Amino acid sequence: MADQYETSNAVTMPLPRVQERIPTVVVDDAHVIYRVHKGASGGTSPVAALRRMVTRTTAPNIREVHAVKGVTFTAYRGEAIGLIGSNGSGKSTLLRAIAGLLPVNRGAVYTQGQPSLLGVNAALLNDLSGERNVVLGCLAMGMTPAEVQRQTPEIIEFSGINQRGDFASLPMRTYSSGMAARLRFSIAAAKKHDVLLIDEALATGDKGFRKRSEQRVRELRESAGTVFLVSHQLSSIRDTCERTIWLESGVLRMDGPTDEVVRAYEEFANGK
Amino acid sequence: MANTALADPDAGLTQAQLAARYGLRVAGERPPLAEYTRRLWHYRHFVAAYANAKLVASFSNARLGQLWQVLTPLTNAAVYYLIFGLVLEQKSIPNFIAYLCTGLFIFNFTQTSVQNGTRAISGNLGLIRALHFPRACLPLAITVTQFQQLLGSLVVLVAIVLVTGEPITLAWLVLVPAVLLQTVFNAGLTMVVARMGAKLADLKQVMPFLLRAWMYGSGVLYSVTLFEENLPGWATRLVEVNPILVYIELARVALLEDAPVLNSSLPRLWLVAAGWAIVMGIGGFLYFWRGEQEYGRG
Repeated sequence: MADQYETSNAVTMPLPRVQERIPTVVVDDAHVIYRVHKGASGGTSPVAALRRMVTRTTAPNIREVHAVKGVTFTAYRGEAIGLIGSNGSGKSTLLRAIAGLLPVNRGAVYTQGQPSLLGVNAALLNDLSGERNVVLGCLAMGMTPAEVQRQTPEIIEFSGINQRGDFASLPMRTYSSGMAARLRFSIAAAKKHDVLLIDEALATGDKGFRKRSEQRVRELRESAGTVFLVSHQLSSIRDTCERTIWLESGVLRMDGPTDEVVRAYEEFANGK
Repeated sequence: MANTALADPDAGLTQAQLAARYGLRVAGERPPLAEYTRRLWHYRHFVAAYANAKLVASFSNARLGQLWQVLTPLTNAAVYYLIFGLVLEQKSIPNFIAYLCTGLFIFNFTQTSVQNGTRAISGNLGLIRALHFPRACLPLAITVTQFQQLLGSLVVLVAIVLVTGEPITLAWLVLVPAVLLQTVFNAGLTMVVARMGAKLADLKQVMPFLLRAWMYGSGVLYSVTLFEENLPGWATRLVEVNPILVYIELARVALLEDAPVLNSSLPRLWLVAAGWAIVMGIGGFLYFWRGEQEYGRG
């Protein structure tokens, strides 16, 4: 197994460094704090709700979580960066901050263009057919109707949901979780993104699809994009990323070549 | 580590200077108003497709499908007619059933827009967190969906009005601008409640009360002359400018020959209707735009 990783790295490591390295994501001492609703226990009745609104108090059960504590790094064009760390270490929160969806409380995140976050839970409309979801998703990414019409068959083809019969015309609620995730990935990958943030999406789907999606990520990088990949599967990080950032409890623990960081992380995880 | 290992022309710059040098922008920054409006226009196809999809989806589990678009207002009208037309008979109003249905359908247009509007953000977090588009698309799509529903209701309404013996007159054409003004008003209001609903999860619980109070204040179920008879003068003046009452009165004036109205001056009625549409349409859009950054937070 180890040899296999060595060879795959040998192929990806000596990527020709672009002479001028152009930063696409600059994170400067970012702190992200978000509020969690623990589920109201004290009065969900309309009267209680009205009283809270009038007196302008917040619901009693809100807790603040300081998920990212002062992370600083710079990502460059053409890089694929893996994000690793234990559960709850702030990886997904950091991606959301980069995507501009969770504002930072202190520090700053600067990006080139509009980063796009691709998560497993990015639900579209479950009552609609897969094909309609593709059209909606593409329009939501800002494509023109003509582009959408051209791309739709390709996207459905890429997702492979029609391999077991005509699923594209069935509502998405009838899909297996793997099929739905594949379709969502295919939609998001259909557009060229300056910065693509992938949250565990490659882990879903069967082997054939994983191959195709890894290929697609490689293409996106070659078209001068930057890809971030959050995954607990270290093998997919090794296969796609040459640089890895290790977060632990919201603090950047290590940032460097995938090989070194993953080895250190594995030692840490085994030693726990 | 990886950063410092290379001899870099950018060495020595702080992160902020580096970002400025390459023209990076703060993530999730709110675009200026003109740019935001332009982007929204660019996404008009998305709004249309999304509204259409929602309409289809809302009937997709029902066996009768889109027929419900017409059946729902019909059933509604039947129930209210049973209570307010037969049990609590209203003798003061000629052609009560048409009077009732006009009020009901026009009110329902705003009511469902507001109801769905409070969930416009909170119910679409998955979409919002995955894709970047001007968030105003969502409340706008809700308004468009409800407008399509209204068209279904209007077909029923016209049938009811004709069956109950009202003549077809040129005044009917006035219904078109009246409904368009109401649509603009609704779009603005939907954007307001969408932003409020994104922050205040409790709004959803309180909304039914507010809407019911609003319905009673709009003279949907009974004669609007009751306001004049029972309320002090200042309160009547207040009810007179109630936007939904104004839109309902416009529709009644258009469709019905001799329905009782509260606002006897027609030019004033139009002025108030247009005023509300402009104030709420522009105000709601500005209010929604100012919250643009925060909608992903949930």
